[in-house]
Amino acid sequence: LFPQAPRMFAPSSRNSVSPVLLLVLLGCVLCPPAQASKSSEDIRCKCICPPYRNISGHIYNKNVSQKDCNCLHVVEPMPVPGNDVEAYCLLCECKYEERSTTTIKVIIIIYLSVVGALLLYMAFLVLVDPLIRKPDPYTQPLHNEEDSEDSHSLATVPAPAGARANTVLERVEGAQQRWKRQVQEQRKTVFDRHKMLS
Amino acid sequence: MDQKGFRRGSFQSATSDEDMLEIAGASMDFSMADDDPPLDREMGGFSSYNGGGMNGTSAMMDFLEEPLPGVGTYEDFNTIDWVREKSRDRDRHREITNRSKESTWALLHSVSDAFSGWLLMLLIGLLAGSLAGLIDISAHWMTDLKEGVCLAGFWFNHEHCCWKSNTTFTDRDKCPEWKSWSQLILGHGEGAFAYILNYFMYVIWALMFSLLAVLLVKGFAPYACGSGIPEIKTILSGFIIRGYLGKWTLVIKTITLVLAVSSGLSLGKEGPLVHVACCCGNILCHLFTKYRKNEAKRREVLSAAAAAGVSVAFGAPIGGVLFSLEEVSYYFPLKTLWRSFFAALVAAFTLRSINPFGNSRLVLFYVEFHMPWHLLELVPFILLGIFGGLWGAFFIRSNIAWCRRRKTTRLGKYPVLEVIVVTAITAILAFPNEYTRMSTSELISELFNDCGILDSSKLCEYVNDFNSTKGDDLPDRAAGPGVYTAMWQLALALIMKVFITIFTFGMKVPSGLFIPSMAVGAIAGRLLGVAVEQLAFYHHDWAIFSGWCSPGADCITPGLYAMVGAAACLGGVTRMTVSLVVIMFELTGGLEYIVPLMAAAMTSKWVADAIGREGIYDAHIRLNGYPFLEAKEEFSHKTRAMDVMRPRKSDPPLTVITQDTMTVEDVETIVTSTTYSGYPVVVSRASQRLVGFVLRRDLIISIENARKKQDGIVSTSIICFTDYCPPLPPSSPSVLKLRSILDLSPFTVTDETPMEIVVDIFRKLGLRQCLVTHNGKLLGIITKKDVLKHIAQMANQDPDSILFN
Repeated sequence: LFPQAPRMFAPSSRNSVSPVLLLVLLGCVLCPPAQASKSSEDIRCKCICPPYRNISGHIYNKNVSQKDCNCLHVVEPMPVPGNDVEAYCLLCECKYEERSTTTIKVIIIIYLSVVGALLLYMAFLVLVDPLIRKPDPYTQPLHNEEDSEDSHSLATVPAPAGARANTVLERVEGAQQRWKRQVQEQRKTVFDRHKMLS
Repeated sequence: MDQKGFRRGSFQSATSDEDMLEIAGASMDFSMADDDPPLDREMGGFSSYNGGGMNGTSAMMDFLEEPLPGVGTYEDFNTIDWVREKSRDRDRHREITNRSKESTWALLHSVSDAFSGWLLMLLIGLLAGSLAGLIDISAHWMTDLKEGVCLAGFWFNHEHCCWKSNTTFTDRDKCPEWKSWSQLILGHGEGAFAYILNYFMYVIWALMFSLLAVLLVKGFAPYACGSGIPEIKTILSGFIIRGYLGKWTLVIKTITLVLAVSSGLSLGKEGPLVHVACCCGNILCHLFTKYRKNEAKRREVLSAAAAAGVSVAFGAPIGGVLFSLEEVSYYFPLKTLWRSFFAALVAAFTLRSINPFGNSRLVLFYVEFHMPWHLLELVPFILLGIFGGLWGAFFIRSNIAWCRRRKTTRLGKYPVLEVIVVTAITAILAFPNEYTRMSTSELISELFNDCGILDSSKLCEYVNDFNSTKGDDLPDRAAGPGVYTAMWQLALALIMKVFITIFTFGMKVPSGLFIPSMAVGAIAGRLLGVAVEQLAFYHHDWAIFSGWCSPGADCITPGLYAMVGAAACLGGVTRMTVSLVVIMFELTGGLEYIVPLMAAAMTSKWVADAIGREGIYDAHIRLNGYPFLEAKEEFSHKTRAMDVMRPRKSDPPLTVITQDTMTVEDVETIVTSTTYSGYPVVVSRASQRLVGFVLRRDLIISIENARKKQDGIVSTSIICFTDYCPPLPPSSPSVLKLRSILDLSPFTVTDETPMEIVVDIFRKLGLRQCLVTHNGKLLGIITKKDVLKHIAQMANQDPDSILFN
């Protein structure tokens, strides 16, 4: 699938943008728990009471604070008469649990969007990019899978050697080309020559 | 043409086509970080710090005051020069301290420089903790996605879906909002057809996840596969692998780790989390000049980041620091200890506030019981230790054999197909058995669990006698039919996990080893624990049990056996000692079980060491041929420096450069015709008295720069490495002074020095090469690669397996 495809994918990253991007992502991830208003749906006290004599087992949920999370506050209505309450409550196990649905929702959505973006980018570069990019004589040797020194060192000479690419688009192009070469090198090291990570 | 030919020669490092250095005046792109923009000459990115720090003040007198960009940096797949980096940092620090007395601004600069380390640790902890939270929550959700979906919100996993609804006591896991795939498609969940449909959907999801993972790895970041710990160990010992700790590797590793774990493969996420944390460390280093430019300081930060990685994986900050100290780091100064602890704590705290498991726990399999154990139980614990050691040695041998086969035969040509086949086999074998169908962390959690009245799992289906129960304290009881079923299912799960992990670890997806080995140990431990428990119940009148285990008492805790087994197997595979025990006791939250854990860990390490010396990470380092000089083993042979040095007696003499008699053309010829990474500089060929050592890369950069920028430098210009160059007739071309790139203090040993001292010097100082003299005259050179080859030869291993420079 990939060896024939125009090598690989590039981030349009400049030196200062990517740490900022990371910090923004970090902020997005950290913000939800920070502002997670403890909505009443997200805390509960759960008491599990096993079968006792002729009473079947039951689970009780109630929205109380942590100090009120015990059998006496949560188990309502009490299935046993007053003098048995203590014995019954000894068997019950009460746990205070809280969660943040906002955090979960945000994180899953972030994750799925990143996966989707990567998939789209992969599809773009495998299918669309070779059509819109005019065949560059300098990138022809890249298609050659053999490890020839000449083609490799030729390919590493960047095409606009003298003309400093100043427009944003051309700088992005340059970065993308560099990154594609880098990934191709990595792929050769790991997958083809098995020099690392075998 | 000559220029072109020279440049092509300059690409040849000892590993031929690894060199990405382009000196065409355009891009030094791969020199420092992965996708940095092309380094224009206007951007003096490489600072105004003195020379290479090698010869402090005298650099001021040099013609080129500022070092050229590129001088002092390293090529890919080369070793750094620890001594040079450390002295550069000291120079930088001295300069800042001296300048701080001049103005307030300089004082502030020096204060901020001191604080930058702590700020960096804080940022690393925050980022590592957040990423770990993201990984945990996503993996939890996607694992459950194979079985069904939540109608109340697709982002909930099974447990969170049923959180709000009122479940009954007998059917605690079922709730109307969670629909399995067969329920969704067919409308009902019972029957053979529903089972087959569930099976099919499970396998399909598993295949989709792993296919996506391997395609992303292959397409975007091939360095993101595997565990990462062997490579990080090598990097921390001074090796450079560009791109291994980069942005794309970080993103892809995080994403594909979740996919790989969710696909049901027998792998864990702890090792890759260390890689993720080190990537965070490396990326955040670029924000601070102090760490960006100095490779030695950067490795201190990476050690701390590795500690943060283990800390979030296990919820064990102290264990993380000790793991970094014991397993991952090469040099670990005391300052790093304190900072690692800080980073680990911040990471653990960040993860806790994200709260991935809903109960403020950092790990799914946190153990909360504190039942006492008896001294006689040490016998089964030691048995578990022996099992762990045997399994560890077996696993290492078979995994290395399989990886070697993958490396050398045609199997390695089909990585995507390999991943798909292994996932298919794992998924097809795993679904029928409930203990392999659940995720490995959940399995470990269930095995560690001590059965109480309220547990409804099959493993806790003992024959209950409710009249004699007092509170929650359950005595040892006879096993019910559920327990017997669980036992043989667990035995099958054990066999399957033992064999499938061999083929899974090392595939081209991120794969860790901790969780599968803990699972193997936990299953073995629980089986043994239940067996001992039933033995004690049915034969409580035997002499060994009657003293301490009366009927009606709760004496044997099978959950504890599972924990000890997990520790034993993990120790057998990785050969961790202190860090393992500390991680396990941080997992249990108490010191009660330190003695059983230590007994098992020590036994397993001794048994495993008796069979094979190396842990799994060292074995992978050796398999890949990384130039890692093992710091723990003693070199015990009686060879001397003259036996190891190059040139040997039959080789041509040492290639040297004279201090002031060679022309530019001569030096260029030497550089193109040889592939050495450095050349000694001598006074003259006749005397062979040593002046210093010059690195190939610095030489190439300086000569090319001089040809372009300086007037009058032609092929017949003399190169002068001294302060005072010999006077020349006025008609000759101007002299090229390269004093600033010469290292005036290379390390030397005499030819009679025992190799054990030489190896010790290499380890302790982190040298790349060492010159050998005889009677004061230069005789030869010993490089790190020669030392590694010699050690391999002495150990009867193949000395040609050391691949890198």
